[in-house]
Amino acid sequence: MTSSPETVLQSFVLLRLGERRFALPASQVAELVAPSRIFRFPHKSSVLEGVILRRGRMIAVCDIAEQLTGKKLDTRRFNLLATRKYGQQLDWIAIPVSGECELITVDMMPATANDSPHVDGWLSHGGEVIEVLRLSALTPGPADTLLPEPLHNFAEARS
Amino acid sequence: MNLPASAKSHQPRTEQIILFRISGQTFAISSASVQEVRSVDNIAGMARDLPESHLRKVRHSIRRGDRTLYIVNAAVHFGLQPQPASLVFFLRRTRTALLIDGIDKMTTMIRLQALSLAFQGEERSWYRGLTALDQAVVPVVNPEGFLSLEELTLLETTQFSADARSLTSENPGAQVQ
Repeated sequence: MTSSPETVLQSFVLLRLGERRFALPASQVAELVAPSRIFRFPHKSSVLEGVILRRGRMIAVCDIAEQLTGKKLDTRRFNLLATRKYGQQLDWIAIPVSGECELITVDMMPATANDSPHVDGWLSHGGEVIEVLRLSALTPGPADTLLPEPLHNFAEARS
Repeated sequence: MNLPASAKSHQPRTEQIILFRISGQTFAISSASVQEVRSVDNIAGMARDLPESHLRKVRHSIRRGDRTLYIVNAAVHFGLQPQPASLVFFLRRTRTALLIDGIDKMTTMIRLQALSLAFQGEERSWYRGLTALDQAVVPVVNPEGFLSLEELTLLETTQFSADARSLTSENPGAQVQ
């Protein structure tokens, strides 16, 4: 007899990047907003495009589609504003997405050692198997202060 | 009039800044950080060449009192397309004289937001943070971010060699670019 893998019931936001769908823990998603002007200035963080201004807050924009699907987004319908936690500090980031987002509550199967670093777990929804993204592995940040805990623990800590 | 402590604490802290241009890009700097603004033409006769400088952004130095300041081409520093500079900012409490294209205006900054932790490159030393002005985002430069300690050490070595050579041959004022 084999034991079933541990699952965690959580809310997730499904986001579309080109032809594929991915998921983020809902606790990390702040808002879905229409694309707005990206303010660009010199910097050396090549994966960042600049910042958007949202309610007085300046939020870095990072297109993660190329890393996940192999190509940049053709169309950007929304910016998904997500948060990442470094120690006690919450850092916002804007992720361009190409379609509507959906909120679901399902069991997540945690990632295994064989999965890519950007995979925090797996969802089964609507006949699809969907990767739950570990945003800290896809977007730049201070590596030495990354949370040692998996993101689902972070989500629980915030709720 | 003396305000009660509670009223004082609610007053927003403001800072006078200068908005300036480098290769079409707008930046801000605290006006308290700028000791003097001069035209490039005005300093051309005083600048000294540093032909052996290992830093592409520094090709000249200038003597001010008993100190040598290094003239930093801000466009090269930020990786922008260099254009003929017209002004020089002498930055207070630094060894930097900054070549810029022009000044837009002086204004007041009421909020400085730290750079997002997503920015992990040299920009963390280039900028104090970002500010929003008239629905636009402007990076606020760090006056100490133009020359690192290592760069200053390199420049001092280069300057020493240049000074030694100038003892044997007269060095006329350089064309600052």
